[in-house]
Amino acid sequence: MTAPDPRPQALLTVRDLRTYFHTDAGIARAVDGVSFDVMPRETIGIVGESGCGKSVTSLSIMRLIRPPGVIEAGSRVELEGRNLLELPEHEMRRIRGNRVAMIFQEPMTSLNPVFTVGEQIAEVARVHANASRREAWDRAVEMLQLTGIPSPAERAKEYPHQLSGGMRQRVMIAMALMMNPSLLIADEPTTALDVTIQAQILELLQQIQERFAMSIILITHDLGVIAEMAQRVLVMYAGEIVERASVGDLFAHPHHPYTEGLLAAMPTLGAARTRLAVIPGTVPAPTRWPPGCRFHDRCPHAWERPEREHPPLFEVGPSHWSRCFLAEEPDRRRVITRSEDRVGETR
Amino acid sequence: MSTSLLSVRDLVKHFPITRGVFGRTAGHVRAVDGISFDVKSGETLGLVGESGCGKTTAGRAILRLIEPTSGQVTFDGTDVLALDAARLRALRRQMQIVFQDPFSSLNPRMTVGAIVREGLTIHRIAEGAAAQARVKQLLEEVGLRAEYASRYPHEFSGGQRQRIGIARALAVEPRFIVCDEPVSALDVSVQAQVINLLQDLQRDRGLTYLFIAHDLSVVEHIANRVAVMYLGHIVELASGEDLYAEPLMPYTQALLSAVPIPDPRKRKSRIVLTGDVPSPADPPPGCPFQPRCHHPAKDVACTRIRPPLEMKAEGHLVACIKQPPTRISWDEQRAAGATNAPDRYVPLALATPHS
Repeated sequence: MTAPDPRPQALLTVRDLRTYFHTDAGIARAVDGVSFDVMPRETIGIVGESGCGKSVTSLSIMRLIRPPGVIEAGSRVELEGRNLLELPEHEMRRIRGNRVAMIFQEPMTSLNPVFTVGEQIAEVARVHANASRREAWDRAVEMLQLTGIPSPAERAKEYPHQLSGGMRQRVMIAMALMMNPSLLIADEPTTALDVTIQAQILELLQQIQERFAMSIILITHDLGVIAEMAQRVLVMYAGEIVERASVGDLFAHPHHPYTEGLLAAMPTLGAARTRLAVIPGTVPAPTRWPPGCRFHDRCPHAWERPEREHPPLFEVGPSHWSRCFLAEEPDRRRVITRSEDRVGETR
Repeated sequence: MSTSLLSVRDLVKHFPITRGVFGRTAGHVRAVDGISFDVKSGETLGLVGESGCGKTTAGRAILRLIEPTSGQVTFDGTDVLALDAARLRALRRQMQIVFQDPFSSLNPRMTVGAIVREGLTIHRIAEGAAAQARVKQLLEEVGLRAEYASRYPHEFSGGQRQRIGIARALAVEPRFIVCDEPVSALDVSVQAQVINLLQDLQRDRGLTYLFIAHDLSVVEHIANRVAVMYLGHIVELASGEDLYAEPLMPYTQALLSAVPIPDPRKRKSRIVLTGDVPSPADPPPGCPFQPRCHHPAKDVACTRIRPPLEMKAEGHLVACIKQPPTRISWDEQRAAGATNAPDRYVPLALATPHS
C-alpha cells in the first residue's frame, strides 16, 4: 500500500504528447513529447515564438488536429481522469464547450458572420444542455453582461462585423463560459488587440477565473502577459518544453539559455536603454530539428555534448525544470558580454 | 542634432466616405486631423498610438505616398507638397520607408538582388557590375550573405525579409527613413536583431528616423523623442525620458499603465480605460479623449474646447486644458461651462518609473 498522494489531483494531465504533420517535405514534429499538469483553478502559461508548438499543443488537447496532422500513439491527455484521446468523437464533442472551452487570437474568424452574436452564444446551450430557445437566449444575454458588454440585450442582436475587436473577444469569452467549463484554453487571446483593450480583456479573464473557479491555459508569445497572468510557466522551443517553473522563478532565475535569451531580447518599459541582447539565427524548421539539443546552434554556451546528446528535463530547483546540460555542468555557463559588433542573422 | 531635417505643420488627411452608385460623399474619416512636429537631423522620433489613430497615414502623407488634404511638409528647406512628380521622385532618394509586413512589401517575382538594385537604377546611381557590387555590399551591411542576391523573397524568414526591405531603403543612400512598424510582425528574438541593426545603421550613416509603432517598449528603446497620437491628433510630445517618467496626458498615462511588464514582482496598479476608441469618422467634440478620460478635473469644458498642444515643461508638449499651465485661461474655461480648475494630475503608480 502506498500512502495517499497528498498533492491535489490535477485537472488535466498531458503525457508525452506527440503531434506530427506528415507532409511531402517530411515529418514535421510540431509537438514532440510534451508533458505537463494543469491544477484546478490555476493559470498556466505556455510561452514561445512562432512555430514552437504551443498552439498545436492546445489544439491537440481539444483534438482539433486535422490531417496531415496526427496525434501519435502513446500520447495521453487526461481530463478529470478520462483519456480524451480514446473517446469516440461524439463524446469528445460533448467535452468541447462543456468541460473545456477555447478562445482564439482572431475572434472574427471564429464567429459566423451571418448570425447575430446572441444566436451564436445561445447555440452553445441549445446543443450542450438542450435548453429552450428562450432559456438559451436569456443565458446568452446574462453571459454578455458578465463579460462587461454595455447594453447586452441590444448587443446580442448585432452581427459580428458591427462589434470592435475587443467586443468580439468578449463575445468569444461569453460563448466559452456558457456551459461553465472547468478549463479555458486561451490561445493568444489579446495579440490582435490594442494595449488598452488588452488590459481590459486580461482583467476580465482574471475576474471570470475567480468567479467560475476555472483553470486557464494561456498561450502567448508575450512574456509581459505571462508575468501578469500565470502562476506557472512552460517555455517551449522546437516542439519541446525547455523550461518549466513558477512564474517567480522563471523571471528571477531563468535556467535555460533560450529563456534567458528571450528575457534579455525584450525591450522593457522603464529599463535602461542598453543595447538589446539577441538570439542569433532563427528557429529551425519543424521537419529538420537539429540533433542533440535543439537550441545548441543558437546557444552562447554550447559545447560538444549538446551537439550530440539530446538533453532531458533536469530538476534545477524545487518544481523548476530545464532541458539543458548546464544543470549537470554548471561551469560551462559563460558570462555573456553584449557584443558591440554588428550582429548578422547568421553565425 | 539641433536643426530640423523634417518639419510638419498642420498636416491633415481626410478620406471621403462615399455612398450610393454616384459616389456621393457622405462624410469624412479624419485620419490625420492637423498634426505638427519637427524631426531633428540624426534623431529618432517615435510616433505611437493604437489602431486607427492615424500614425501610418501620417507617415505616408509626409512622403506623399498618399496625398495630404492640407498642411505643410518641409524637408531640409524644400516644400515637399509643392513638388511636381519629377522633383518628388528626386527627393525620394533622400526619404525612404521600411514597411511593417515583410511578406507583402517585397515583390515575390523579383530576386532579392533585383529588389535592392531597383532604386539604384531608377535614380541612376549605379549600373552593371558596379550595381551588382553595391547590392552585395548592402546585403552584407544588413547582415545577409551576398549570395542571397540571386534568391527570391519566399525563401527567407520574416526577419531576413525585413533586412532585405532595409537594404532596399538604404540603396539610394537616404538621409531620412520612415520606419512603419518595422518589427511588429517579428518574434522577440528576431525583433531584437532588427532593432539593433536599425540603431547601428543610424550611428554609422547619421540617419534620421520617424519610427512608427504601437509597441511602447520598442519605441522607448529606440526613440529620442516620442509623439503620442490619438484619433488623428498628437496629444503628447516629449523626450523619451520625460514621457515615460512623467506622462501628463491622461491618455498616455493609461497607455503606459496598460503595458504588461515582464517581471512578476512589479505588478502595478493600472488605469483600465472603459469603452473603445471612437470612430475617426465621427470624433467627439472638444478633446478627442474626453469621453474616456480619467483626469479628476475633467468637466463639460473639455467637450467644448479643442485643447492646443502646448508646452507644460521644457520640451514637453501636451494637449490637455486641465494639466497646468495652459493658455486656455480659467475665465475662458468657465465661459465654456468649466466647474473644475486645472489641477496637475500624475497618478502615483506612474510618478515613479518601474526602476
